[in-house]
Amino acid sequence: MLTIDKYLRPATLEEAYEAAQKKNSVILGGMLWLRLGNRRIGTAIDLTGLVPDGIEDTGDTYRIGAYATLRTLETHEGLNILTDHAVRDSLCSIVGVQFRNLATAGGSIFGRFGFSDVVTTFLALGASVELYKTGTVTLEEFCTMGRVNDILTHIVLPKSPVTASYLAHRNAATDFPVLNTCAALCDGILTVTVGSRPLRAVPYRFPTDSGISAENIAETVAGQTVFASNTRASEDYRRHLCRVLVRRAVTDVLEKSAAKAAREVK
Amino acid sequence: MEITLTLNGKKRTASVSPDTMLFDFLRNHGCYSVKCGCETSACGLCTVLLDGKPVLSCSVLAVRADGHTVTTLEGLQEEASEFVGFIADQGAEQCGFCNPGFVMNTIALLREHPDPTDDEIRAYLAGNLCRCSGYEGQTRGIRAYLNAKKEGLL
Ligand SMILES: Cc1cc2nc3c(=O)[nH]c(=O)nc-3n(C[C@H](O)[C@H](O)[C@H](O)COP(=O)(O)OP(=O)(O)OC[C@H]3O[C@@H](n4cnc5c(N)ncnc54)[C@H](O)[C@@H]3O)c2cc1C
Ligand code: FES
Ligand code: FES
Repeated sequence: MLTIDKYLRPATLEEAYEAAQKKNSVILGGMLWLRLGNRRIGTAIDLTGLVPDGIEDTGDTYRIGAYATLRTLETHEGLNILTDHAVRDSLCSIVGVQFRNLATAGGSIFGRFGFSDVVTTFLALGASVELYKTGTVTLEEFCTMGRVNDILTHIVLPKSPVTASYLAHRNAATDFPVLNTCAALCDGILTVTVGSRPLRAVPYRFPTDSGISAENIAETVAGQTVFASNTRASEDYRRHLCRVLVRRAVTDVLEKSAAKAAREVK
Repeated sequence: MEITLTLNGKKRTASVSPDTMLFDFLRNHGCYSVKCGCETSACGLCTVLLDGKPVLSCSVLAVRADGHTVTTLEGLQEEASEFVGFIADQGAEQCGFCNPGFVMNTIALLREHPDPTDDEIRAYLAGNLCRCSGYEGQTRGIRAYLNAKKEGLL
């Protein structure tokens, strides 16, 4: 059971940061993951009013506030047109609408959960995170960092034209994914991420002018990725799924990209 | 901590602990339609509307509802009565335990998508678990209600 001694709504990010340095203090996102824990929280820090819950279009990026809910991302037209609906596709199987109205983008990325659909997608799309003290780091770098005692204020997604595809396999519709992948083609570089291995998502990059096929990419990714077993699936099954899902996602991206190019010629 | 919120149209002020969940607050204020199935954000039974959006009351701190509007099935009897009969007619209610959550989320669905496709119905209600039915009855019931509405039978 989760117990909270004190609930704090700081007036500034600095006050929130100071409070977060104390042992037993916790920053609240949507609280859905925190809720599962069996712990006594000294101070629960609510960032409402300090970090945005919307998505700002800055012209060359989408700057997503840490308190934007997964449902806000899923239903944001601009974000989904930009990403060929990869954002929506990656979020729509996470538990249910009521859940996604609470779970935050910030909590989902900050947690860097191994099972995450969110990290797999935003990693492939080249996102960065803004941390109050640390500054801006790429999500890729953030995923390699250990424990971070900072406040995530924004997730920044470049608006460069991208062709993307997201696929996941679940044993049951709204369960955690057994494996997920996102392929994103931007500026001649195809990024493929594999997550829910069940370890944290990892990215691979392939220049498309090398003429490498979807089959080869799938073989390479499945061969290089470390998988593990858990109650949902074995390591071997995940490697097999990886080959299939990566091949399908890359094929989809290459086909969509060719179709876009053909439309541009017309 | 003192909080004030609008519950089913009425202002309520109450003292809560920092870790009181909205679910417990609502039950303590007589909203017995709100039930707890899992307490781990997984089943959808505790669904209420927070500022009009469906959320899981088992996972929201009551203090976070301070200054906001909360609506439970007690405050939506009329809106629910339009379609619940259609769901019952399809035999979708067996033990009935999941029903309050389903009804609340169906209200949210129909407000957001007044004319949903079957796929939209399934996608929107995916977070409401039912251990008795295969979900087909609920989908058929909502479809029957929508058809009756279109045919001017309501
Ligand atoms: C039952 C269940 C099923 C789930 N299924 C899936 C799934 O299938 N796919 C998937 O991708 N995800 C899944 N999730 C994870 C979920 O989508 C969220 O990612 C998760 O709940 C964290 O988001 P939150 O807003 O609830 O964060 P919280 O639980 O509030 O916080 C998570 C962590 O991040 C910290 N934190 C939060 N916000 C900030 C911030 N702004 N700055 C610094 N630290 C912060 C918190 O202190 C905490 O350590 C599931 C979660 C649950 C409970
Ligand atoms: S009781 Fe809230 S989701 Fe199950
Ligand atoms: S009718 Fe029994 S759980 Fe749904």
